[in-house]
Amino acid sequence: MGKRILGAAVTALATSLAVPLAFGQADPAKEIEKYRQALVDGNPAELWEARGEDLWKKPAGPKSASLEKCDLGLGPGVVKGAYAKLPRFFADADRVMDLETRLVHCKMTLQGLTFAEATKQPFGAGNERKSDNDALVAFITAESKGVKMDVPLAHPKEKESYALGEKIFYFRGGPYDFSCATCHATDNTRIRLQDLPNLTKQAGAQLAYTTWPAYRVSQGELRTFQWRLNDCFRQQRFPELQFTSDASIALTAFLARNANGAEFKAPTIKR
Amino acid sequence: MLNRNVRIALTGTAVAVALAGCAGSMTPGPSDAEARAKALELMKAGFNEKGIAKMDRLTQDETQALCSQYAGGAIPKDVAAKIEQANMAAIKPPSDGKYLGDWKRGEQIAQRGTGFQYSDTKDTPVGGNCYACHQLTKEEISYGTIGPSLYNFGKIRGFTPEMQQYAWGKVWNTQAYSACSFMPRFGHAGVLTEAQVKDVVALLMDPSSPVNK
Repeated sequence: MGKRILGAAVTALATSLAVPLAFGQADPAKEIEKYRQALVDGNPAELWEARGEDLWKKPAGPKSASLEKCDLGLGPGVVKGAYAKLPRFFADADRVMDLETRLVHCKMTLQGLTFAEATKQPFGAGNERKSDNDALVAFITAESKGVKMDVPLAHPKEKESYALGEKIFYFRGGPYDFSCATCHATDNTRIRLQDLPNLTKQAGAQLAYTTWPAYRVSQGELRTFQWRLNDCFRQQRFPELQFTSDASIALTAFLARNANGAEFKAPTIKR
Repeated sequence: MLNRNVRIALTGTAVAVALAGCAGSMTPGPSDAEARAKALELMKAGFNEKGIAKMDRLTQDETQALCSQYAGGAIPKDVAAKIEQANMAAIKPPSDGKYLGDWKRGEQIAQRGTGFQYSDTKDTPVGGNCYACHQLTKEEISYGTIGPSLYNFGKIRGFTPEMQQYAWGKVWNTQAYSACSFMPRFGHAGVLTEAQVKDVVALLMDPSSPVNK
């Protein structure tokens, strides 16, 4: 019921946006900003956050345990502010992990799921398929809203992960010669009318990283950072980035660390 | 095999770069060459082939490897010259000697952004997606700015055979003129067919194309 009302509100707002754009009387960037402001109070991401909180607290798996004892880096069960300090090194896994990888780890260790079970359906598909990962990420990231990004770079493995992420960012390959840097290493450019953040600079990385995950209006789905990277590589004409692979974590570490110092704002709402 | 040779060559150059104090990383960590080799390992382990996108897409040719290595900083002049010479030598002129196809089909190719993604199939029409990065016509206001405006491309430069040949080369293999350009090497990489490259060149160089209006 609540969902339907939200959906209608989104459609109405999207339509009201289309009018000034069509007449070309206003600055599109300003109109889009107005549209974003108008949607802040009714972000459908809240539905994912609520479902995620239930999933966090609900006993599941062969061990019939909840995730409430999951250590996201600030101690077992501490959710508040945890995302702003990820990815980071976890001694119990001897590995740098981003949030989504850590959740898989907790589902395996606390709930007794296999890796295959814990990584099944990493991403939802609108009304066709819901993903528990999306919901849990929405819940946990929302608990870092307003917290300053503070990704550590102290442990040797954190330094290594960051350095490898930077190399992956600049790796050109595939039939189109694309890398992340093709679109995201220059100031003030856009694809078609979409502005592109320069992720090699602090301001650009801050602007981009602190606004994911996001509810994507055009897809009717909440999109996590793992999804964002996955879809970038699809458009780069690369093979598919594996969910929670070390390559995905390294790239996330590079981008998240570059965003240090900025207030985390997600889950947001995007076109 | 090629990949291995490239990697060996890269390691040598990278050591020189590190000695020159140009390792561009924002923070201390593994050396530049180690990081690049390890990153490639991570990528080989961290991607899966999917649909038409096979793992060989992570195997770089020499141009890709050099452009990755020097990304984020300036490319040494001799490296840039080497890249441009190798790519210039690889340009294939049109088999019938005619550079211009049909600008109307060229416009469709310029608008289309599909092809070669794992979400595409072998049968998905392939585009050049020129508008993603370039202004081309007055009519299309939804254009990107990663590349320069190409509006009035032929009108400004002249509708000469030399310019036709240049436009062909830029679309076929842009790195023959500009090492490590962000633009795909559309003909060289087999992204666009010879006929499609002709159509795009016509969009740029045909006096009746909206690009030149």
